[in-house]
Amino acid sequence: MTSKPRDAATASSPLGLLLIAGAVATVGLLIVAPLASVFVDAFSNGPRAWWEALAHDPDTRHAIWLSLTVAPVAVIVNTVFGVAAAWLVARFRFPGRSLLVSLFDVPFSVSPVVAGLALVLIFGRQGLLGPTLAWLAVKVIFAWPGLVLATTFVTLPLVVRELIPVMEAIGPEEEMAAVSLGANGWQVFWRVTLPNIRWALLHGIVLANARAMGEFGAVYVVSGHIAGATDTMPLRVEKLFQEYRTPASMAVASVLAALALLTLVAKVFIERQLETESKELEAARVPGADTDPSTGGLGK
Amino acid sequence: MDRPLGHSPTPTPPLFATAASRRSASRPRPTRRLATVVVATLLLSGFVGCSAARKEGGGEGKPASIELLNVSYDPTRELYRSINQAFADDYQKKHGAAVSIKQSHAASGSQSRAVIDGLEADVVTLATWPDVEAIAKAGLVKPDWQARFDNKSVPYHSVVVFVVRKGNPKGISDWPDLDRDGIEIITPNPKTSGNGKYSFLAAWGSVLAAGGSPDDARGFVERLYRRTPVLDTGARAATATFSQKGIGDVHLTFENEAHLEVEESKGELEIVYPTRSIRVDPPVAVVDTTVDRKATRHAAEAYLGFLYSPEGQSIVAKHHYRPWTADAKGPPEGFPAIEMFDVEFVAGSWDDAMKNLFGEGGEFDRIYQPAGASN
Repeated sequence: MTSKPRDAATASSPLGLLLIAGAVATVGLLIVAPLASVFVDAFSNGPRAWWEALAHDPDTRHAIWLSLTVAPVAVIVNTVFGVAAAWLVARFRFPGRSLLVSLFDVPFSVSPVVAGLALVLIFGRQGLLGPTLAWLAVKVIFAWPGLVLATTFVTLPLVVRELIPVMEAIGPEEEMAAVSLGANGWQVFWRVTLPNIRWALLHGIVLANARAMGEFGAVYVVSGHIAGATDTMPLRVEKLFQEYRTPASMAVASVLAALALLTLVAKVFIERQLETESKELEAARVPGADTDPSTGGLGK
Repeated sequence: MDRPLGHSPTPTPPLFATAASRRSASRPRPTRRLATVVVATLLLSGFVGCSAARKEGGGEGKPASIELLNVSYDPTRELYRSINQAFADDYQKKHGAAVSIKQSHAASGSQSRAVIDGLEADVVTLATWPDVEAIAKAGLVKPDWQARFDNKSVPYHSVVVFVVRKGNPKGISDWPDLDRDGIEIITPNPKTSGNGKYSFLAAWGSVLAAGGSPDDARGFVERLYRRTPVLDTGARAATATFSQKGIGDVHLTFENEAHLEVEESKGELEIVYPTRSIRVDPPVAVVDTTVDRKATRHAAEAYLGFLYSPEGQSIVAKHHYRPWTADAKGPPEGFPAIEMFDVEFVAGSWDDAMKNLFGEGGEFDRIYQPAGASN
């Protein structure tokens, strides 16, 4: 707190003001202006036209419905996978563990378009599993499961990455205490693990959902662009734009943007909770947890 | 020695304070059971996903209504919206069955590839012969597809024309005007786009038709692509580049797309007809493997047949595609006269065009690389 006066002095110096102006201008130009223009364009013909563009076009309605089903399914898969994987990585040491952790990050580094093409190469008609899927009469690519797969792939790291550090910080002690008191697996998970990681988990879920709703590249490749069947909201935005229906396109875009803003609010709220929780955790840990030497010898 | 401790109901407290126990190789049993539960849940959620997916797929097979998927290229969106409505009414009237048609639109070459990769089209209505032929070569369409409908399965034509900015500020009236310094040309990538292929062929053929040599044509086309600032993948993206982003002086595009683009621009753009240009022959085909599996052949064939009907042809003309019946005797009603040459005139055949012009290491590769690699 002692540095406050100096901070104020720096901020009001010419260079400081210039930097602040630069930052504000950049944020305004790159984030605020485009976002605002989406809403301006969306409502350019009034709120009634906006509503009609969303509710009266069956293809748009379907796209909204599709996004609202594909994203949650992808998020659920990622939540289950994320908790299981984070738990595995945080609680166990095994050969190949660090390789596994790096693999979780692959979806971040691979371009979504490449991910989509890879799915086509595996699940497509000419792909590795193509003949098997055709024999089973299961459609994956250019159908709902393909959209879920692509979305799950791109959002894969978000939950697990969020949980690993939190689970490692919390440590296994409380879980083991629960076991020692006779708790079974489910009880440990629901009463100890989950309450401990809930904010981190929620944070991961919110991020994964935001990414899932907005995903374009991978989904674009596997969708097949069938209006009213495999177009998600972002694909619908592009399609309407290309069909010269800019206000309708921006109406869908405004829904996506509104979802993004909601996500942002949820994210800020959850981050606050996470912060208080980690402070509490730290406060609780100071006396006992770091005094390993006294008990360390008992482990082996 | 901590394995037995895992079994004992009340292990000694100190164990649970150790950070080291986290790293030890063996686990207390209940934790392992938890792992099993988690894995089971994961698998279960997978099954739920699958069954949900099956439900989604199963909904299409309702016997009461037939659903067709028409996989088409970019500029036909508006055309097929009208056609689909009219056809559904017509089919209902004649056969008493409800048909709904779903549409997929993207660059013609990509669409062809998607069908080969498993996009379950009942019919394809693509921009160029090679796009349908590739599907036939993959075994999804029978090799005689061209003979199944009139006019070599081409229900309507178009022609490549110019779109320029209001008042034609650069004074572009014919092909040689595109050769002037500083004229920027917008056209999509001929590798992926049918519009791109036709524009390339139109530019090449315009030189040959005017009496130029193949070398003259090569030089002309090369200079054009040097002054092409963006190569979009599909026709619609190129249209957006020209009309909405305001890039370029002239947009080479299909007559039908040009009309739509000009109407949309509200007076900001206009069409210029060059003296001569290429005749565009977008072919249609029934995808045999799909219609046989889905038992939709009757509706699919009726659908493509409808394009040739008087009603279909009048809708076609309304959307600025040239009806095929009229093409032998002068321009159809309402369409300006323009001297037309075909792909065979420019390149011998589509196969030759694909190999020599657009294939790996073909003319287009030779022309476009220098612009990108600057050597």
